[in-house]
Amino acid sequence: MMSLQSYLILAALLFSIGLAGALTRRNAVLVLVGIELMLNAANLNFIAFWRFGPHPEALTGILFALFSIGIAAAEAAVGLSLIIAIQRHYQTTSLDRVDSLKG
Amino acid sequence: MHTGSLLLLVLTLGSAVAAMSLRNLVHCALCAAITFLCLAAYFLALSAEFVGFAQILVYVGAVAILIVIAILVTRDIAERGEPLVFKPWILGVGVAVLVAGSLVSAVTSSALARDPLPPAPTATVEAIGEKLMTHYVVPLEVIGLLLTVALLGAVLLARPQKEGGNRP
Repeated sequence: MMSLQSYLILAALLFSIGLAGALTRRNAVLVLVGIELMLNAANLNFIAFWRFGPHPEALTGILFALFSIGIAAAEAAVGLSLIIAIQRHYQTTSLDRVDSLKG
Repeated sequence: MHTGSLLLLVLTLGSAVAAMSLRNLVHCALCAAITFLCLAAYFLALSAEFVGFAQILVYVGAVAILIVIAILVTRDIAERGEPLVFKPWILGVGVAVLVAGSLVSAVTSSALARDPLPPAPTATVEAIGEKLMTHYVVPLEVIGLLLTVALLGAVLLARPQKEGGNRP
């Protein structure tokens, strides 16, 4: 069984991997995958603090993680449909080609 | 640390790195699904069974499939030979390494993280449902509303564009 510290370090590493992907990849879908990885790392933190915290019977960490999973699902659906709309308009999903707000 | 947990750790971090660095986008999506599955295993190990199975259902079941579909729909033939990343990619990776370093140093220097493992708490589905229906009923309703709005918005955004219409 791992300690709280190792779970927190794992979550920090996952968050940074997702951040690196979201900051550097040119494809919009991969940027969204990076954001999902960061959200998942935050969820791991919530669950780890719930497991090792002083009042596990209050279930706060679990409920926050559940709500965060729901938000992430909505965000993925809207984000991917935005990417599909952008692809239809600009014929590309490269983020450096989509750099003007007006048409 | 056991061999099993070491293997899970390597699989989690390795598939996350692969999901962010591979050239083939479908491979990236599948590696991301493996990462989500590994995180569900961690949730199960932390005795949060409900969240673990919700993670498998929502992430591995829905979000990963959605990402694969989006990749297949938006596949760009002209992009084949182009670089994967922005030109000064070292900037983005540098920021991420900086964030990782500060987070890890903050975690390792805190005394909080060295507590022994408390006895396993019981998070039954019954208790979670009771909390959701009593104390957290407003956030639950708001999440339902948000999912409805997201569904409508996704349909509206991805709807085929009419010829000559000035759709926003």
